[in-house]
Amino acid sequence: MDYGFTTAAYVVSAVLFILSLGGLSGQESAKRAVWYGIVGMGLAVAATLVGPGAGNWFASLIMIGIGGAIGWVVAQRVQMTEMPQLVAAMHSLVGLAAVFIGFNAEIEMARVAAMQAAGDADALRLLAGFAAKVAEKSATEINILKVEVVLGVFIGAITFTGSVIAYGKLAGKVDGKAKKLPGGHVNNAVALAVCVVAGGLYVAGGYGMLALIPLTLVAGFIGYHLIMGIGGADMPVVVSMLNSYSGWAAAAIGFSLSNDLLIVVGALVGSSGAILSYIMCKAMNRSFVSVILGGFGGTTGPAMEVVGEQVAIDTDGVAAALNDADSIIIIPGYGMAVAQAQQSVSELTRKLRAKGKTVRFAIHPVAGRLPGHMNVLLAEAKVPYDIVLEMDAINEDFPSTDVAIVIGSNDIVNPAAQEDPNSPIAGMPVLECWKAKQVFVSKRGQGTGYSGIENPLFYKENTRMFYGDAKKSLDSLLPLID
Amino acid sequence: MTPESAIQLIKLGHSCMIETGAGAKAGFSDTAYAAVGVEVVQSAAGLFEAADVVVKVRAPDEHEAGLLQDGQTLISFIWPAQNQQLLELCKSRGATVVAMDMVPRISRAQKMDALSSMANIAGYRAVIEAGNNFGRFFTGQVTAAGKVPPAKVLIVGAGVAGLAAIGTSVSLGAIVNAFDVRPEVAEQIESMGASFVYLEFSAAELPDGAATGGYAAPSTPEFQAKQLAKFRELAPEMDIVITTALIPGRPAPKLWTADMVAMMKPGSVIIDLAAERGGNCDLTVPDEKIVTDNGVTVIGYTDFPSRMAAQASTLYSNNIRHMLADLTPKKDGVIAHNMEDDVIRGATVAHAGEITYPPPPPRIAAIAAAKPKEKIRELTHDERRAKEAAAFKAQTRSQFTLLGVGGAVILIAGLFAPASFMQHFIVFVLACFVGFSVIWNVSHSLHTPLMAITNAISSIIIVGAVLQIGSGNYLVILLAALAVLMAGINIFGGFMVTRRMLAMFQKS
Repeated sequence: MDYGFTTAAYVVSAVLFILSLGGLSGQESAKRAVWYGIVGMGLAVAATLVGPGAGNWFASLIMIGIGGAIGWVVAQRVQMTEMPQLVAAMHSLVGLAAVFIGFNAEIEMARVAAMQAAGDADALRLLAGFAAKVAEKSATEINILKVEVVLGVFIGAITFTGSVIAYGKLAGKVDGKAKKLPGGHVNNAVALAVCVVAGGLYVAGGYGMLALIPLTLVAGFIGYHLIMGIGGADMPVVVSMLNSYSGWAAAAIGFSLSNDLLIVVGALVGSSGAILSYIMCKAMNRSFVSVILGGFGGTTGPAMEVVGEQVAIDTDGVAAALNDADSIIIIPGYGMAVAQAQQSVSELTRKLRAKGKTVRFAIHPVAGRLPGHMNVLLAEAKVPYDIVLEMDAINEDFPSTDVAIVIGSNDIVNPAAQEDPNSPIAGMPVLECWKAKQVFVSKRGQGTGYSGIENPLFYKENTRMFYGDAKKSLDSLLPLID
Repeated sequence: MTPESAIQLIKLGHSCMIETGAGAKAGFSDTAYAAVGVEVVQSAAGLFEAADVVVKVRAPDEHEAGLLQDGQTLISFIWPAQNQQLLELCKSRGATVVAMDMVPRISRAQKMDALSSMANIAGYRAVIEAGNNFGRFFTGQVTAAGKVPPAKVLIVGAGVAGLAAIGTSVSLGAIVNAFDVRPEVAEQIESMGASFVYLEFSAAELPDGAATGGYAAPSTPEFQAKQLAKFRELAPEMDIVITTALIPGRPAPKLWTADMVAMMKPGSVIIDLAAERGGNCDLTVPDEKIVTDNGVTVIGYTDFPSRMAAQASTLYSNNIRHMLADLTPKKDGVIAHNMEDDVIRGATVAHAGEITYPPPPPRIAAIAAAKPKEKIRELTHDERRAKEAAAFKAQTRSQFTLLGVGGAVILIAGLFAPASFMQHFIVFVLACFVGFSVIWNVSHSLHTPLMAITNAISSIIIVGAVLQIGSGNYLVILLAALAVLMAGINIFGGFMVTRRMLAMFQKS
């Protein structure tokens, strides 16, 4: 097949990818959108296999087959609560693939350069695929190509190690707390400087692999150290940031291979991740930089003193209040995912709705460990999506609500964000559940949330603490709702 | 004590005894008590002899106080300010006396605030009593036989009793107006569905009622004059007036004068909940119902809680149970009288042979001083226009700056980079733009599927690997093959898991 056909196929699949992302604006159109994506991907791979420059397609097919089988099985088996880990793990694969492809580009370049130096015209003519393209390039183009390779490998390596650490943290295999090596951000700065030097040596100095491998290792260290320093509630930002990086890595590789489809798709994914990170940061009222550098901003004064006491309530009390209430809003958080309580929550919702009560869910943008994490968990438990509302849509309804139930969330319902200008989370948009007539907080114990900030909500007069494991508490509540 | 609260008390480690027939009037029989493990004692004297803690409703008379023993605890209403003699007597017997009417009015102590419980009942009962003596419906109705106007109710004083009365009369369908000297309760009144009767005052003239522990301070003469003038204006319209105004330690203020009563329509009803302290209405006779010459019924009963014995007993016994729970922190049935505790200290009027009344002021302020509310000024049309124009300008400026900087960067790149690079670069920039505008529309709830699907399509990197796998170098083939494998995992896994997730989103 000739070059024109492949390009045409690439155009079609690029359009399909855009449609696929655009389709995610609504739940119904999203179901169609996945198929656009699948067809686009199938078309792109098929066109590449039959197009110019490809060879050894038998090996490709086998590898795709093996990889596809693994992916299929993993995707079938994964629990919805494990989605954050899965997404992080997948990012690491894209990152590593980008590193390998970058290496390949360098090896091919070195090979072609050697042939050109030897004046081996026959060998040059026999080159196929990527190597043939390299052979046609001028000196400036080769230099640009080298810059692109450096970028691809650098971003790819950061994505790889960062995603591996993020996976470990989300899966509980690495301690989730923010940790830094002694020296903190100085380490990152030094590592970055080393990368710049190594990159310079590679591009201008002609050191080849000797410069590229140290660059990869040091970039890998940056990824590791950067993500180690971020923890807990900041994880949604980390995951979407890595998502963005994997896109940029693909785009950089696209530049090195002069492949427009890679560039387009990489840019799409990169901007998608960037926007997600931006939305998450906005939802926490923090700047992207402060999230990436880890830790909360310094407080400007002593925190407001919390007066009152946390009043506990038993199952009977909660059940009585729920039986009396007409409108109920449930606020799920990471605690619900940890306790695997979504089925119980769904069952409770079903029972309450069957009695003609209005039950709705309020989702804070950073609830959970992945953007949209709560929505997926609730959807898995068969909670209809039209009663699951985002923060801006539901915040003003709290004053007219009888009961708000907070399940395993803390900082996203902290009134200090609005009331205490000295609080580290001051100004962060929060769900104003305390405006409901009654608030029940299902919580394991009296500890503070990820940010370590005392939550005045728990001390409010209309708040009752419903201590215990969320799933057990809700299960004991279910038979009492009649 | 009700049988239900007895169960809770037994859980605290106490054993319970009750005088025979004590619950009869509230509908709790001796057998009901015996069934939950309460020992029924034949006489009050026997009870005083056997119990460590004696719980009563009304203050003990001299005979009962004489029965108290050293170290015994008595919990009841005491009214220590009015009953100095009784206090002396209890002190001389060496008993600890906890006055339920002295429980500090702080949030933590609300669960044992018997005054609030009783006031709540009184407010409710006042409306019922008014309805009983009022010859018409509360709610307006349009019936086949003609139209019935709704009753108009005025409630003076929006404390616990006042708010309870508001709630009850609103739910019966009446039109309810309420007044209080504390302007900050207007919000509470309106939240109950009544309208607040405003006096026209400048903010500086209003008294700061919140400073005296949640009770209204006696108002300035000007204020009182304004208030009475307002009531006079309202009197002819009102069908039912419920007055609940009390000032701690003083006789009830006279708010509803004889001439106001004279202005009211025949058949109207006045319920005076302050009758015990002399009444808010000039014509009130404590404990009696009178009908004036112009046919207005004035009710001055002082025993509203007793008229709802079952409810009053339940609430009071719950208050007592909470008090005992605080007195037995270890739940082992042993009273630990902690005089360091604000609530217990405040309520204790005699302890260890000494009179401990009046208590020191509680360390926690009863009610946070009301913060003056900042009113968000409605923007005028012009101001809004100006604001919008300014925002538009700012936006334009930032967009121009971005475009300028971006354009300059691209131009500089174009000066140095070869044409082949620039072609790809244009594609890249345009794709970024498309990406940004498409992703903004993605619904929040679909962010996880979005991540999964972008993950799958970022494996387009497989195309790069496929292009390299045909190389002649074995190392390249190996690395490319591995890259294809990993991208393959991602493609299938990413799309698969996205489909799984999206299939779960269901409409109700």
